[in-house]
Amino acid sequence: MSGSLPVAALSRLAWRNLWRNYRRTLIMLLAIALGAWAMIFMTALMRGMVDQMVEDGIRALPGHVQVHHPLYRDDPSIENSMSEPGAAFAAAMNSPAVTGWTARLRVPAMISSERENRGLMLLGVDPDGEVAVGFEKDSIVEGRWLERIDDSGIVVGKKMLERLETRLGKRVVLMSQDPDNEIADRGFRIVGVFEGTLAAQEEAHVYAGRTTVQRMLNADGEVSEIAVAGRDYRDVGELEALVIEATAGKDVTVRTWKQLDSYLDAMLGVMDGFVLVWMVVIFLALSFGLVNTLMMAVFERIREIGLMQALGMKPSAILYQILLESLFLLALGLLLGNVLAVASVYPIRGGVDLSVVAEGMEMFGASAMLYPALKTDDMILANAVVIVLGILTSLIPAWRASRYRPVEAIAKT
Amino acid sequence: MSEGLQIHGPLFSLLSLRLAWRNLWRHSRRTWLTAGAMIFSNVLLIFMISLQLGSYDMMINNTLRAFSGHIQVQAEGYKENQRMRRSIASILPLTERVRAALPGAAVSARAAAFALVSSEERSFGAQLIGVQPAREPGVSTLPGLISTGRYLEDPGAAEIVIGSVMARNLKVGLGDEITLLGSGRDGSFAAGVVTVVGIYRSGMADMDRSLAQLPFGYFQETFFMQGHGHAIVVALDGLEQVAPAMSTLRPLLRDGLVLLDWDALNPGLKQAIQADMSSAWLMYGVLILLVAFSVLNTQLMSVMERTREFGVVSALGVRPSRLAMLVLLETALMALIGLAIGLFLGWLVALYFNTAGLSYPGMEEAAARFNLPDRIYPSVSPLSMLLGPVVVFGFCLLAAIYPAARLLRLRPVEAMRAA
Repeated sequence: MSGSLPVAALSRLAWRNLWRNYRRTLIMLLAIALGAWAMIFMTALMRGMVDQMVEDGIRALPGHVQVHHPLYRDDPSIENSMSEPGAAFAAAMNSPAVTGWTARLRVPAMISSERENRGLMLLGVDPDGEVAVGFEKDSIVEGRWLERIDDSGIVVGKKMLERLETRLGKRVVLMSQDPDNEIADRGFRIVGVFEGTLAAQEEAHVYAGRTTVQRMLNADGEVSEIAVAGRDYRDVGELEALVIEATAGKDVTVRTWKQLDSYLDAMLGVMDGFVLVWMVVIFLALSFGLVNTLMMAVFERIREIGLMQALGMKPSAILYQILLESLFLLALGLLLGNVLAVASVYPIRGGVDLSVVAEGMEMFGASAMLYPALKTDDMILANAVVIVLGILTSLIPAWRASRYRPVEAIAKT
Repeated sequence: MSEGLQIHGPLFSLLSLRLAWRNLWRHSRRTWLTAGAMIFSNVLLIFMISLQLGSYDMMINNTLRAFSGHIQVQAEGYKENQRMRRSIASILPLTERVRAALPGAAVSARAAAFALVSSEERSFGAQLIGVQPAREPGVSTLPGLISTGRYLEDPGAAEIVIGSVMARNLKVGLGDEITLLGSGRDGSFAAGVVTVVGIYRSGMADMDRSLAQLPFGYFQETFFMQGHGHAIVVALDGLEQVAPAMSTLRPLLRDGLVLLDWDALNPGLKQAIQADMSSAWLMYGVLILLVAFSVLNTQLMSVMERTREFGVVSALGVRPSRLAMLVLLETALMALIGLAIGLFLGWLVALYFNTAGLSYPGMEEAAARFNLPDRIYPSVSPLSMLLGPVVVFGFCLLAAIYPAARLLRLRPVEAMRAA
């Protein structure tokens, strides 16, 4: 015997050894498959929830990058507004990175029906621009969306409508403050009702035509906020740079949604950390069984291994053989686990209805429908964690097996 | 045959215990690896569960103590839609009766209205709460969070306490006057001028921006309440007192009034906990199953390698049920080792974080949302310590049933021939 067996022969040996005790191998395969399934399936659920949270959050007030007066965030009053963006800004936004942009007037206001008063944010918007940055016309459940920038109607949230004990077509009064600190008010007819994915949104905002609001507040040509939307909310760097360049020299602050909503950004970060920790924890729980299985397999074959060494097989070949056995086991288990994970995500791809705990989910900022997000990256990560750590763990029993002294090993019963 | 092998003895005996214990250490490495899996998951479960229970406690307590209290008396339908007119008539006498019925509890009356609050420079919509200055500190932590100035004192004074964000937005400080504009209970125009005497900082941005408190008497006059109010708030010492207090209060209620417990007052809270708990148990379940697989594998191997031995013993007349029991006993001993060591290590870990607190990146943002401080202190209680390990123990025993059951079908002659 040459001492170094070709890989093909070693693989055949390892494969056959694997099935000498098929019960043990099957149990271990099931354990690995369950672990891999749990890694991928749970990650898909958690990712789906956080993605949904971020998307809902962004949809609540669209614009991946927003421009404000430097003091507006601390003091969102009409005083801290900017002049409407001019042609130069519009030209700069004519870029493939921008999918839409709009400018809005956004001030705190009080809304009163005949019976009730509530505080909220009054949004003076350009109806088409708002749709371009992501307002969904489908969310209008009654009446219509604003038609013109000087539309004289308003669109209120469904919940707010209930709170005010009023209905579509009725008039309400909006009160806010003009730049001279005088109370400005104006009557509006409710022309549309929108539904938000989170109930809180329905109470937070009311939409009106921008020019109408500007006129009401004596603030012609003033806006509070410029919102710019891009293709992917995860990657806003290019968009941010573009907007910063377009507003250079003006006394304004440019922020991305990550800076505007630090909770959502933090959740995205926590999620990435959580996925990795979860995968490693599952692997650790698996690893005890894996080492145990390989240890037992080696232990049963001490004599055999001793004999092979006595016949001239190199210790390294024994090491490789055990590692190959482990690799086959891991790969088969992973294959099964991946198939199971995809198969279990498939039937719920249309969403899981969690409305039983809707108000609880809203506390997390999540909606009641959970759409699993099966991502290739996460699947690759799960498989890599199992294979890499699995092979590393198998080094212990494999190394021990390769270190047996032939004579002692053969003498063992 | 040795005197030790009682063929027809009881299924459990000191002897079988000793036998099981010795069998465990025939492969000490295997036993330790299997127990290691149990220890690992026990420690992890103890840590996670004590962390969860600790943060739920804090979430509930902080939310209830901040404002809502444990129980409220309200007019029917007020919670769903806070209309000014859905009020409790003669609220103060009823509050006295509630207070008399619950000697240990803090009880306070409130009235609420939305109004436009204006300073010289700014106006915002805000929620105004009329409170009893002497009673409110018992039911809410807010009066204790005054960062500048003082809390309300005189029940009839034209004074107001506002949040720090509202103060900044209105650009007002102590001693400045604020104008209130809203509508009274009868729908008429209500207006008043009040002096800022205190500014609170709760850390909850929504509250600090939009909630202000006035003395109950002044609120009555300004909003034409005519003795009406919107809520009687009851704060108790703990959640376990809620049910008895509810039954004490029920007979006091007039028609048209409802009794709401903390869950009804904060519907998201319990659901958030349920959602969190169930997703966590899905994960724990996987972990526990993996340990069970490990036990199944070990015990199956241990039974198979002893086939000959078992064959001999049963040929000598030992009943298979006794052998099966022996395997279960071995598993139970192994699981006990895992339980004891896991419990000890888990307790140490939980105890450490119980004093030091735990924080991770991104937690600050999440904590603010759930009324939590930015450090969580896991709860160390019999429940949080034992829940996980006991479930693991149970599943380990379940996993040993299959290997043990195989012994019931053991045929001595074939078994003795086995390689």
